[in-house]
Amino acid sequence: MAYKYETVIGLEVHAELSTNSKLFCNCEVKFGSEANTQTCPICLGMPGVLPVMNQRAVEFSIRAALGLNCKIASYSKFDRKNYFYPDLPKGYQISQYDLPLAYDGHVDYELDGETKRVRINRIHLEEDAGKLVHADVTGNPNQSYVDFNRSCVPLLEIVSEPDLRSPAEAIAYWRAVKEILEYVEISDCNMEEGSFRCDANISLRPVGSKELGTRTELKNKNSFQHVMTALEYEEKRQARILDQGGKVIQETVLFDINTGRTASMRSKEEAHDYRYFPEPDLVPFEVDAAEVERIRAALPELPAERRKRFVEEYGIPTYDAEFLTATRQMADFFDETARLSSDPKGSSNWIMGDLSGLLNNAGIEIQDAKVTPAHLSELIELIKNQTISGKIAKSVLPDVFETGKTPKQIVEEKGLSQISDASAIESIVDQVIEENPGPAQDYRDGKQKAIGFLVGQVMKATRGKANPQMVNQLLQQKLTG
Amino acid sequence: MAAHAASELWQLSAAEASRLLADREISSVELTDACLERIAAVDDRISAYITVTADLARQQATDADRRIAAGDASPLTGVPMQIKDLLCTNGIATTCASRMLAEYIPVYDATAVARLREHGAVLLGKGNMDEFGMGSSTENSAFFPTRNPWDTGRVPGGSSGGSAAAVSAGAAPFALGTDTGGSIRQPASFCGVTGLKPTYGRVSRYGLVAYASSLDQVGPIARDAADCALILQSIAGHDSRDATSLPDAVPDYSAALTGDISGLRLGVPSEYFAEGMDAGVRAAVTAAIDQLAALGAEIREVSLPTTQYALACYYIIAPSECSANLARYDGVKYGYSHQGDGDMWEAMERTRQHGFGPEVKRRIMLGAFALSSGYYDAYYHKAQQVRTLIRQDFAHVFEEVDALAAPVSPVVAFPIGERTDDPVRMYLVDVYTLPVNMAGLPAMSVPCGFSNGLPVGLQLIGPHLSEDRLLNIAHTYQQATEWHRERPGI
Repeated sequence: MAYKYETVIGLEVHAELSTNSKLFCNCEVKFGSEANTQTCPICLGMPGVLPVMNQRAVEFSIRAALGLNCKIASYSKFDRKNYFYPDLPKGYQISQYDLPLAYDGHVDYELDGETKRVRINRIHLEEDAGKLVHADVTGNPNQSYVDFNRSCVPLLEIVSEPDLRSPAEAIAYWRAVKEILEYVEISDCNMEEGSFRCDANISLRPVGSKELGTRTELKNKNSFQHVMTALEYEEKRQARILDQGGKVIQETVLFDINTGRTASMRSKEEAHDYRYFPEPDLVPFEVDAAEVERIRAALPELPAERRKRFVEEYGIPTYDAEFLTATRQMADFFDETARLSSDPKGSSNWIMGDLSGLLNNAGIEIQDAKVTPAHLSELIELIKNQTISGKIAKSVLPDVFETGKTPKQIVEEKGLSQISDASAIESIVDQVIEENPGPAQDYRDGKQKAIGFLVGQVMKATRGKANPQMVNQLLQQKLTG
Repeated sequence: MAAHAASELWQLSAAEASRLLADREISSVELTDACLERIAAVDDRISAYITVTADLARQQATDADRRIAAGDASPLTGVPMQIKDLLCTNGIATTCASRMLAEYIPVYDATAVARLREHGAVLLGKGNMDEFGMGSSTENSAFFPTRNPWDTGRVPGGSSGGSAAAVSAGAAPFALGTDTGGSIRQPASFCGVTGLKPTYGRVSRYGLVAYASSLDQVGPIARDAADCALILQSIAGHDSRDATSLPDAVPDYSAALTGDISGLRLGVPSEYFAEGMDAGVRAAVTAAIDQLAALGAEIREVSLPTTQYALACYYIIAPSECSANLARYDGVKYGYSHQGDGDMWEAMERTRQHGFGPEVKRRIMLGAFALSSGYYDAYYHKAQQVRTLIRQDFAHVFEEVDALAAPVSPVVAFPIGERTDDPVRMYLVDVYTLPVNMAGLPAMSVPCGFSNGLPVGLQLIGPHLSEDRLLNIAHTYQQATEWHRERPGI
């Protein structure tokens, strides 16, 4: 980035709550249903209908707000945001204007090994709108249809302060928010299905300046990559304007993924006066402090705390802790495996190594795999008590992964137990020494390395089942004795 | 009622009809047919109905007779009614007297309607009104004006004019109306029938097509207070579909009709007898208050100093809410939809331009202006503050008195066309009913005499959830007077 400007970015993150029913009616919240099948008179805005608050959505919002270190407003209300659009069935959106549900929070995130903090201005709850279906689906460029399945789905809007200083910071913060929302289990944050998206605003100012420059806004993005590219483009575009002594116009810009450029949207979009006023159909609500504490107490351990604990309690490296807490499910898996096996580092190595490889190949998440923490700790135990070697264990895991059988079962079925019977190994050792007089003599002559070859031969002859330490010992005895 | 000749059945009150039905002296089918015949005989002169549901009514009457025979009846089973066309009726056109919804058929019943249907009341049809409830004369119906049965050259009041006119003319034993600024009480007053606007939240608003959500309320229009008690009993109570509906238990309203008001402290607000009111209205209401005193009420003069601000305040708040409530009529989902060559925006604009009448558009514009950036504090916010003062005024007065007595309107029914060109003069007709909605209080309109041959209404106003008290005052008065029995000669 150009050295003479400082980039200032703020994000408005939108997350659809994963409640069973919509915000103001009993319709099911389900993605991918046939158009307009998840609707009723209420979410279609028919004459005479009234909204009734889904209390679960309020609880989910509080959970998210606590996860994002926000204060919960003791008194909150809903407002009508008035604008016309065919996908907005009532001609107004029920949202929150001056008394949002939560405010004054922060999120810490890691970027390039540094911990950074973004302040959160406010979090409010609102209803989502429907969706227009255009020519690419209808086949007719002059016709559009409306699908109201999404209408009235609870949507959380998380507004950050303009604390982000680069597109990379914006993305890292956005990822951190996603991680937290997934951890507190209030949204599936499915970006492809549009349940997790964001608006970004960006401005530049001379380095050292305290005043904010004129910003442009990017609307409704649901891909990390798009936002990154769009912000980087805007950053350069604004710098170019300022370099030439021009002025950035405050406007909403549209990012075209095909050209990789942004373009100005119609000015009509910006001239909006939303004429907010308190929603008379819903009574203002008070959130009881005891209720907030009840929800706080039930919150799961959040990723940052968990990372810290993993390092302190299990003594694993920070790098491992970060990897293992990428998803709540992975962290749960590790936590349990480490506890069962009493071998945190071993657990971490297995999960980050072989297991992750298997998951990647299969294209599934850890929670969907057949292998369990009990399996993995059993496998670690089998190595420790010398039933199998580490090498054999590596071949057992894919079988567990594939079949869901326990490692013990597989070791038994395939006869993979190590041979620890000294007499059985002794005869093979004798045979190997006899068949390989050259290396045997080399060792006797002081070439320590030669023993490796002989061990390998014994392991080969026992198909890896011989206890390697025992093989080593016996060979030394025989060759030096 | 000495004889029950079919030709006279339409004259029955709901309570009388209920008694005769229960005693099997008449059938619901006979009663319903008599009402349908009465509608056929008078409605071409008064135009109280937008839709008459004759076939459905006969079907429901047959079902009601079966329920009565099976011993499964409640007081309103088999009693016919009219429903204002602002309340949704499943499968039956609900036009809101607007071109916008001229062919709109709801897929659900309003809660108040559903409760009456469950009780077995028979739907005769849907009542004419001012478009979306906006008006004081029923001249703002997109289809035709309703005429006052006492003088068909005059208005029946509004916005529930079709309901009041129907009950007055015997074209329905009772009706459900709605009241946002006086829309039940003022037409009841103009047509010489009894109307009740319950406490805000006492009757569910679910299915009442919203005009001004913080003011709208559903209530009965009937022949007398006893009927109003019966009807309110059926429709009142908490509804999980309306977040503003009150959880309080519903008392037995009929049991509250003791006929005894001795010791009642009745306030008379001086501001409700201002300059410019009809002398005949003043005389009738004063006489009614004297009568209540004679019946044992203790009369006290009281003051509601913010009364003068209520009108201005109402015409900020109601239009503001309406500007949002009516935004859904964009031609996209249902109702009138302009078809043309233009783009989406033009289709929406033309739909609203042609679909709404002039008064509705006036109020949408007023409201959009009052809410707009830079004006919100001066208008909407200020009006809400004044509203709080109006509410406090009433609260103070109700520390001293049990109820208030006042005129419903400063005037009687006026000639059709007289005020249509002067909105403010039209709005002044409701100057004594609006404050009650601002405060969310219950109030009644009770016939109390005539001025130049036209009915005058006494308004009774009580504190929150005092419907039982108001009904008893009205009932006690009606036991002692005959005004509510006077019928137009139509």
